[in-house]
Amino acid sequence: MSGERTSTEGLRLPRPSRTQVKAVLLGAAGVVGLGVVWEGYKALAPETGVSIGSTLVLPRTSDLAMPHLWEMWSRALEPVTGAPDAPPLWQAVLGACGFTLRTAATGWVVGVVVGLLLGMLMQGLRTARDAVLPWVVLSQTVPLIALAPLVRRWGSQLHVGTLAWPDWWSVAVIASYLAFFPVSVGALRGFASPDAVHVELMRAYGAGWWQTFRRLRLPASVPYLLPALRLAAASAVVGTVVGEVSIGLRGGVGRMIVEFGATGSSDPAKQWSPIAGAVLVGLVAAAAVALLAVPLSRYRSSEVQS
Amino acid sequence: MSPDTASAPTPAPAVRVSSVRREFRSRTGQVVALDDVSLTVAAGEFVSLIGPSGCGKSTLLRLVADLDRPTSGTVEVFDRPAHVAREAHEYGIAFQQAGLLPWRTVLANVELPLELHGTPRAARRQRARELVDLIGLTPFAGHYPHQLSGGMQQRVAIARALAEQPSLLLMDEPFGALDEMTRERMQTELLRVRSETGAAVVFVTHSIPEAVYLSDRVVVMSARPGRVRTIVPVSRPAVPDGVDAREDAAFFADVARVREALHGPDDDDPGTDDLAGAAAPARVPATRGMDLR
Amino acid sequence: MRAVVAPLALGALVLVVWQEAVDRFDVKPYVLPAPRAIATALGDHVDAVWSGALTTAQNAAVGLLIGVVLALVCAGVAAAVSSVAGAAAPLVAAVSVMPVPALAPVLYTMFGTGAQTARVVVAALAAFVPVYVNALRGLRTVAPVHRDLMRAFSASRWQATRTVTLPGALPLVFAGLTIASSLSVISALVAEYFGGPVDGLGKAITSAVSSSQYALAWAYVVGAVVIGLVFFGAAAGLERLVARRSASSP
Repeated sequence: MSGERTSTEGLRLPRPSRTQVKAVLLGAAGVVGLGVVWEGYKALAPETGVSIGSTLVLPRTSDLAMPHLWEMWSRALEPVTGAPDAPPLWQAVLGACGFTLRTAATGWVVGVVVGLLLGMLMQGLRTARDAVLPWVVLSQTVPLIALAPLVRRWGSQLHVGTLAWPDWWSVAVIASYLAFFPVSVGALRGFASPDAVHVELMRAYGAGWWQTFRRLRLPASVPYLLPALRLAAASAVVGTVVGEVSIGLRGGVGRMIVEFGATGSSDPAKQWSPIAGAVLVGLVAAAAVALLAVPLSRYRSSEVQS
Repeated sequence: MSPDTASAPTPAPAVRVSSVRREFRSRTGQVVALDDVSLTVAAGEFVSLIGPSGCGKSTLLRLVADLDRPTSGTVEVFDRPAHVAREAHEYGIAFQQAGLLPWRTVLANVELPLELHGTPRAARRQRARELVDLIGLTPFAGHYPHQLSGGMQQRVAIARALAEQPSLLLMDEPFGALDEMTRERMQTELLRVRSETGAAVVFVTHSIPEAVYLSDRVVVMSARPGRVRTIVPVSRPAVPDGVDAREDAAFFADVARVREALHGPDDDDPGTDDLAGAAAPARVPATRGMDLR
Repeated sequence: MRAVVAPLALGALVLVVWQEAVDRFDVKPYVLPAPRAIATALGDHVDAVWSGALTTAQNAAVGLLIGVVLALVCAGVAAAVSSVAGAAAPLVAAVSVMPVPALAPVLYTMFGTGAQTARVVVAALAAFVPVYVNALRGLRTVAPVHRDLMRAFSASRWQATRTVTLPGALPLVFAGLTIASSLSVISALVAEYFGGPVDGLGKAITSAVSSSQYALAWAYVVGAVVIGLVFFGAAAGLERLVARRSASSP
């Protein structure tokens, strides 16, 4: 009825429809538009920005505060430092992105596993659900990420058996901590989502808890889990970047942003590359979860907005 | 009265549909929802549209309401094109879903069309109170829709349709989602309200007894493509007070005629059909599905 | 009854076990200080926690307000002009997946390292996304029966917007606001880890940690949790109020 003719089935790539082409063109226009606004504001607004009273409400436009877009671009192609063997900036940023992604992915996996297990526990035991759920919901609303600096000393002091605790584990712990809350809530909602008629059907078949879970509750939870997994991925990335900053872990984009920001006065265009990197990490994480969702498409008849 | 051949300078017919065709484009090709449909509804007449799922009866009603446009042919309401009639607020409408605005009270929902069309506050409040009284919901005037039962919501929707004293009422399975008992009460109430207002009614249903009980004429439609198969006039004998017309022998005779018309010449097994079912026995599950929606 | 007792019992149990474990196994404060130590630190430094909380809460509140107002205006424009929505889509998607506080360092250069403005901007940006996305979805989804009704009444576009679209979008807008309220607090706090002036809870936490006052750092975290709960409680209360008026019903 709506004139939309996109085929969603199969791996054959359908020829892009007119609406898709239009969406891409509009999106490109939006990105270009942001660039135009940036440069336009820089050209027109006063060097010292716009203040109301003593508060600066619109930013300064000096080359220090708002470098030209092309300077950001050309800086990305130049070497990171003055050292003779320094790689180009973009390469260093990509490396940092990889590092951050690995940490975030580790945290995500741990968080998802713990979240699913907790969801199952809460589904199986009503008392557990009554006792735990309010805390889980509550803790989603408070800035637990404030804890990040508190795990700083773990790296230098803790040992797991004979193994020293690597610093990036601390960061992954923070990431998993943030990732696990949405998953456990989504899992519980999803596991509880089948209609009474389906649950009774399973009971009529004499299926046990595990069979009911495996055949009914788990597939039924997909529309609830996918948004939760997406949210968890975004949270894991935020947790990783913030964790890197507050622990002072070198190697990832988070730390790089702060480091390059500190040298901003002499090299203002440099700090924009790791920021682009942070966006890239977020996009890759979101895309990875979206890919994960593809084989599950038949379960996601109606995705629930969390 | 023979509205189909109306030619004398009598009042303008409420609805005149002439050679209307409506096609929908779908993924699997073109679907002809209505093909060469002509129909005239006289002023003050009650006409039901009945037929199996997919016969285009709702589409026909939507064309009359100008919620949709025909591919070819014309639709006139009181001698004016359908869209002019819509803009002049010539008709009131009710759907299968009550479609009440959940954030408005019963009274405010009934007031809605008057408010949109600029009736002063005091006058529209007054009119809404009369209507809420008419449908017997005065104690619930300040309630919100979710506090009402389905039947009550549907009564509010009918009061809303009557708000502007239209001389044409369009109703698309308004009782389709109600249980049988509520449904019969609503039918009786609709007849009473309609006799007080004298409006013409076009009523889509897939219940044969409902169509027969309410209508002056029953338009029987067939599916794929949607066509008017035949029009059955209903005898409506005068029943003594206290006797339900639904228990009259003439009523059963008319029900039988509509059922035969629905099933067509090559299908005669009237004994096994469900009274509430609309079409051939094979179609009953689908029709019931519609009922539950 | 059980719904109230069970979580409280669990909370009490966790506190007791936590305290016992720290005492018995001599857990070092840099790993986890004991609840009693945290409570003592909180009692001793209540003024410092309060003033830090005030700064962070103010940044979050101002940012939330700016973000919400901007988001509503933008969603209104995007709902009216679909090409604006299309052009904004990739930008909104990028902001929604990126760690917004990472923008803090460049914002400090743009708005000055001595001012709170950068933190407010971070909070506003974080609050913008959920409100914009929810409001736009709300403005775009109108029940078909209501759309038909508005056409049958030959309501003008503005009338239909006012009577059906706007009230219908409200519950979603407030759901977005609830998410935004939490995000604004988290972002304002985390932006402090990235630099800027020395006041605020985030800065207090980092400086307490670097001077090895772990119990005090945890006391500041308790302060942050309280701000988060206050913001969330206010927004959720508003949401419930609106939801009750427009209970989901045909």
